[in-house]
Amino acid sequence: MVLIYIDQDQQEIKKASFEAISYGAALAKQLGTTAEALLLGTVKDNLTDLGKWGAIKVHQVNNTALNSFDAKINSTVIAEAAKMLGATVLIFAHNLNGRAVAPAVAVKLGAGIVTGACALPKTDAGFVVTKTVFSGKAFASIQIDTAVKVISINQNSFGAVMSDGNATVSDLALTVPASTLKITSVNKIEGEVPLTEASLVVSGGRGLKGPEHWGVLLDLAKALGASTACSRPVSDADWRPHHEHVGQTGIQIAPNLYIAIGISGAIQHLAGVNRSKTIVVINKDSEAPFFKAADYGVVGDAFEVVPALTAAILKSKSNA
Amino acid sequence: MKILVCISKTPDTTTKIAFTEGNTKLDENGVQWIINPYDEWYSLVKAIELKEKDAAVTIHLITVGGADTEPIIRKALALGGDEAIRVNNNSNDSFVVAQEIAAIAKEGAYDLVLTGKETIDYNSASIGSMLCALLDQNFISAAVKLDINGNSLHVVREIDGGEETCELNLPAIISCQKGMAEQRIPNMRGIMAARTKPLKVTEASVSSATTHIKNFELPPAKSGVKLVDPANMDELVRLLKEEAKVI
Ligand SMILES: Cc1cc2nc3c(=O)[nH]c(=O)nc-3n(C[C@H](O)[C@H](O)[C@H](O)COP(=O)(O)OP(=O)(O)OC[C@H]3O[C@@H](n4cnc5c(N)ncnc54)[C@H](O)[C@@H]3O)c2cc1C
Repeated sequence: MVLIYIDQDQQEIKKASFEAISYGAALAKQLGTTAEALLLGTVKDNLTDLGKWGAIKVHQVNNTALNSFDAKINSTVIAEAAKMLGATVLIFAHNLNGRAVAPAVAVKLGAGIVTGACALPKTDAGFVVTKTVFSGKAFASIQIDTAVKVISINQNSFGAVMSDGNATVSDLALTVPASTLKITSVNKIEGEVPLTEASLVVSGGRGLKGPEHWGVLLDLAKALGASTACSRPVSDADWRPHHEHVGQTGIQIAPNLYIAIGISGAIQHLAGVNRSKTIVVINKDSEAPFFKAADYGVVGDAFEVVPALTAAILKSKSNA
Repeated sequence: MKILVCISKTPDTTTKIAFTEGNTKLDENGVQWIINPYDEWYSLVKAIELKEKDAAVTIHLITVGGADTEPIIRKALALGGDEAIRVNNNSNDSFVVAQEIAAIAKEGAYDLVLTGKETIDYNSASIGSMLCALLDQNFISAAVKLDINGNSLHVVREIDGGEETCELNLPAIISCQKGMAEQRIPNMRGIMAARTKPLKVTEASVSSATTHIKNFELPPAKSGVKLVDPANMDELVRLLKEEAKVI
């Protein structure tokens, strides 16, 4: 059985978990087995709906103590559940919580793990998982040699596939060890889609010359409904917050659309964004290296091109 | 307080990645090796800051790898740290590496183990979490801030779309990222001192890997950029809608 970990945050299921279920369901089909989901704690979402993403069952460890995340406790409970249910493959989203627990679960199960997978495993001979390495500069195919296997999948690499179906929900009785850490506050950035979950991203570099010029970029992001990102020197100079820094030493993203404005396209920057489906580069220097990695390019001054693009988007939206 | 800082050797960030031997090995020709940036800039410097505040802190560095990692370890010692341990194991299976580190961590009874958020070569982001299971200690991942007061820790970690603050006691394992500390450059005194700091080598004790790399691949090259006239943004919108189908 393929068991998919459902990650929740303040009693809401995270979007990355829907993709993990779809991935797990496709893998289960390939292996001729079932895809079942595991939720720790309680959520506001309707659990039978997880069937839409491909889970036939949801096992819920119905204990509100699990609503706050503790890597040690969560990994212990997940490993116990996996043993009890006889899971042979465990799937996690490679988001922040997934990264914190999946390797610990693998240790507890004596399982081999591949983190950051970007495609379904090849299971015709052995069990080979492809993942991104060198922060996006390459891929590695890794064979897992143990009976039980753990995979965490990169966000936006497989896609959440919706169909119809209802999952049956059942309680899983497990003792939950007491947590010895206390979460004292949670600060969420209001109204913003986390960058790793965003399908549209508008990103700015040093070419925008200063934080006071970010308005043109923010207007474009607003017109598109996109999240915002930036290059490293921009966040180093505190023009933009650290969590917007993408690249080899920032976060790696793979949105459907990445618009780079005034970013030269250094190798460290490209590593973090080159898995984007479509890349648009706006740069006044036609020799900027980023154009070599782009699908569409506009050679021009950002302060003229970006407002014109925003206007064109708004116009096309009002015509639709 | 005893701190163990995990140090990994990675190719420099400017490295153009290529493979040899039928795409089964990284082509190390001309590759410059560095301390994994997350290990150097954030966990090591954080440990040094803690020692600067409290002279009773000892910092040990650990690397799991062959003799070729020693220049990196010396560079780390030049930044700070009292001594280093190298476990002579060349495995690139995280499970093996974590077991080697756990054995040293248990033996040395460290109060705090610091790792980087991930390494920039295999991006496994696994060691901290694996140590959590192997040492049965609390683990805070992707931490951006850490304050220690006696036995109690105040840690801010990144969560999807925000930050979360937690309180816990030592011992603990923390993986570090941007925000934790400011990058430093080793000075001459540090470089001199590093030459004589102890670097102990212990033999590998774990051999059973759970995974192995079959081969590598480079991403397909883009087919070429389509340039759009800056005076015709309607055309770009049309292409994004009708050709790329992304908006
Ligand atoms: C160890 C290490 C790790 C690193 N990790 C990262 C990382 O994770 N992410 C990252 O981004 N960088 C990283 N870097 C930095 C990287 O090497 C580059 O320095 C950085 O990406 C450059 O940022 P930029 O493109 O914003 O600035 P620049 O390279 O200065 O480029 C600015 C661009 O803006 C264009 N421009 C200027 N004015 C205009 C205008 N009016 N209209 C349109 N275009 C204009 C210019 O033509 C130029 O191409 C790292 C570096 C090192 C050494």
